[in-house]
Amino acid sequence: MATDIDGFLPDSSFMLDVPAQDWREAITLAGKGLTASGFTTEAYTGEMIAAVENLGPYMVIAPGLALAHSRPSAAVLNTGLSWVRLSTPVKFGNKANDPVSLVIGLAGKNEDEHIVVMSAIASALSDPVKTAQLKAAATPEDIRRILKA
Amino acid sequence: MDILCVCGMGIGTSVILRSNVEQVAADMGLDVNVQTADAGSAMGTANMCDLVLTSAELAGQLSGTSTPVEVVSNFMDKDEIRSVLEKYAA
Repeated sequence: MATDIDGFLPDSSFMLDVPAQDWREAITLAGKGLTASGFTTEAYTGEMIAAVENLGPYMVIAPGLALAHSRPSAAVLNTGLSWVRLSTPVKFGNKANDPVSLVIGLAGKNEDEHIVVMSAIASALSDPVKTAQLKAAATPEDIRRILKA
Repeated sequence: MDILCVCGMGIGTSVILRSNVEQVAADMGLDVNVQTADAGSAMGTANMCDLVLTSAELAGQLSGTSTPVEVVSNFMDKDEIRSVLEKYAA
């Protein structure tokens, strides 16, 4: 599992304590992290934004947390994630879980490759202690270490 | 118990939900088989399951199924997931 997290969340996929004006800009940042890490082409950002426009803000799956993603497509080069921690939370229009302070971008080549890392994220973010540690973590390495613990 | 977790794409939020449903079920000693699907193709599988879990935004797309559909608003809240599973555990 350790290798998965290192490979799917490299340093280039992180943006910590960055500003965004609105949800589109927040998803755009998540898209930049995916592009910078070689996981997607720039077209994937538009696909993630279109997914919210078409299906609604269902990707805000927990208070403060959005899982931005689209489908496997030509824009997905490799399976990977990005981690955008916003300096100021933004609203996605999700009544139960707004505002969002953490946007995790997901690019999946298929339905399986990312399951282990997603389970690690699910496990960490359903644990209040780890969630607080992730909010305070200073570096990508610290965040990966918390996810692996 | 066969459970289907539904999201918009079938690869993202439903995978997160499945992970936490499996953990909660294990804690409860429930024997579950959890699958994932996207909202567009979920209907056929949904009818063969005992329970469908999804988010509020997508529940309307599944209203045609004969299987109970339950909304989970916080996919990371194991207490909320547990309270839903408890209704169907008997």
